[in-house]
Amino acid sequence: MSRSDEARRRFLRSVLIGGATIGAALAGWLPVARGANTSRLRPPGALAEDQFLSACIKCGQCVQVCPVKAIELGDIDAGFGMGVPHIAARAQACDFSCDALQCILACPTGALSHHPSKKEEVTMGVARLDKPDACLARQGRGFQGAARGSAFKGVHRYAEIDRWKALAIADHPYDLPLCDLCVRECPIKDAIVMAPMSADPTDPRRTPVVKDACVGCGMCEMICPAEPSAIVVVAGGKGRVA
Amino acid sequence: MSLFKSLAIMLGREPVKPAPSEFTEAARACHDCKLANKRSKEERDAIQHAMHQAHQVHTWRNRRWVALVLVNLLFVVSYRFDVQLVEGALTASRVIGFHMADLNSALQVTLAFKTILINLVIGTSTVLAMWWLLGGRTFCSWVCPYHLLAEWAEALHLYLAAKKIVSDHPLDRRLRAVLWLTFAGLAFASGYPVFEFISPTGILSRALTYGPGLSLGVVAVLLAIEVFYSRRMWCRYICPIGITYGVVGAVSPLRVVFRPQDCHHEGACRKVCLVPHVLDCTKKGFAPDIKVPIGADCTRCGLCVDTCPTGALRFEVKGLEKLL
Repeated sequence: MSRSDEARRRFLRSVLIGGATIGAALAGWLPVARGANTSRLRPPGALAEDQFLSACIKCGQCVQVCPVKAIELGDIDAGFGMGVPHIAARAQACDFSCDALQCILACPTGALSHHPSKKEEVTMGVARLDKPDACLARQGRGFQGAARGSAFKGVHRYAEIDRWKALAIADHPYDLPLCDLCVRECPIKDAIVMAPMSADPTDPRRTPVVKDACVGCGMCEMICPAEPSAIVVVAGGKGRVA
Repeated sequence: MSLFKSLAIMLGREPVKPAPSEFTEAARACHDCKLANKRSKEERDAIQHAMHQAHQVHTWRNRRWVALVLVNLLFVVSYRFDVQLVEGALTASRVIGFHMADLNSALQVTLAFKTILINLVIGTSTVLAMWWLLGGRTFCSWVCPYHLLAEWAEALHLYLAAKKIVSDHPLDRRLRAVLWLTFAGLAFASGYPVFEFISPTGILSRALTYGPGLSLGVVAVLLAIEVFYSRRMWCRYICPIGITYGVVGAVSPLRVVFRPQDCHHEGACRKVCLVPHVLDCTKKGFAPDIKVPIGADCTRCGLCVDTCPTGALRFEVKGLEKLL
């Protein structure tokens, strides 16, 4: 092969591999365009989704400070959301165990904005009674035992037991004449209440009603004993911090 | 070598023999002396023997591997055992509470987000000062976890190449500069730090601390290409992080220096080097001075220092030559 032939081949190779590199990097846009991230619950303070994906430097410092390990990083199927934090509330919700929104304080880029200064100002999403028929309270039923079974790994801070340490939900059995777990364990005051289902005072049935104060932390989704959860959090329900 | 030339060679210009006017008196005398004295057979044998011996030397490589593993372990241990020494990943971290940010990641995020973030300014200033002192691309060979894997892949590539199973397909070195510009432009235009999606440095650093994921597939594909198709493809021709740190290292006091007086010009250093274009001065009659600092693209990996049988290539801290 002549010298100029080799030079020509090298140039073509470089163009091809360079193009493939750019193509591979841009492929991260596809899952974003298909909405792979829109249903994901982002940590407290997260900017609007597009800005959040721009600003996050993918270091995971928010993961490290979370006392209940609620935050995980996206994998390659999240596209540009790879390495970006989200919360899978059913497995482990944010229960504001840290009090001071540690993930926001840890974020070096402000992708988790300092705008919320207390948990009541967070706007992660909003809870919704997704499967009303599965709700125990709506059937007038109580609940006994571990909320999510004995094998469930999720934790929750029961302030009345230990203010500083979250306990395994599996180690904290309940005995409730009427299931009100979503209201009982909600960390935000007046975010969810139990409302009677009829005018009859002897009717034990109650329905959870989500109020404006709901910040979408996902605690109700995690604790709901119905399988799958009767109540879920819709990400970004009220819109995030701009 | 001028700063401009050193940067141009890093960005892809091929090095050329310096013009006659660029040689110092001392360098010319050194080259003339070598031309005048032909080596005897005994001398040539002695050189071959010394080169063979030098191949067994791995002092700097071993130091570097230990440092690389330790730095990356610090991240892992800090998180797993809650020591809080180094929190985060290589893209951004807090080191005993102080912000640090990878220069290229910070650049990508700033271009995508279009906001000057004070924490990133603090983080990049610290990192900039640190890598200016330590040599810029020193980051590549002493810290980047992909570099270590790529070195092992390179060893496998060379083994297979010696058996004629694979052959190297070099690329045009200007590609890396084109990609640096493209990724900067894409971040700005799209609003996403696009490069981070395939950055093996970020992927590996996060996988080490937070556990492995499918994203490691990117690393696997790159390593496979480097073993079977193109030697050290990512670090040589693609990675924009290398250019970002290379610019910082262009004016660094810590560098490798070449002294032609001691050199046999056998070229062993250029064979082990990741970026052999920076060692063009080691060719016979090419060194324009009797002391030539190696250019910006040098990763200070020390492979050439290890492999040089005569000590013609050595680490040096500018201004501290007398002290050390």
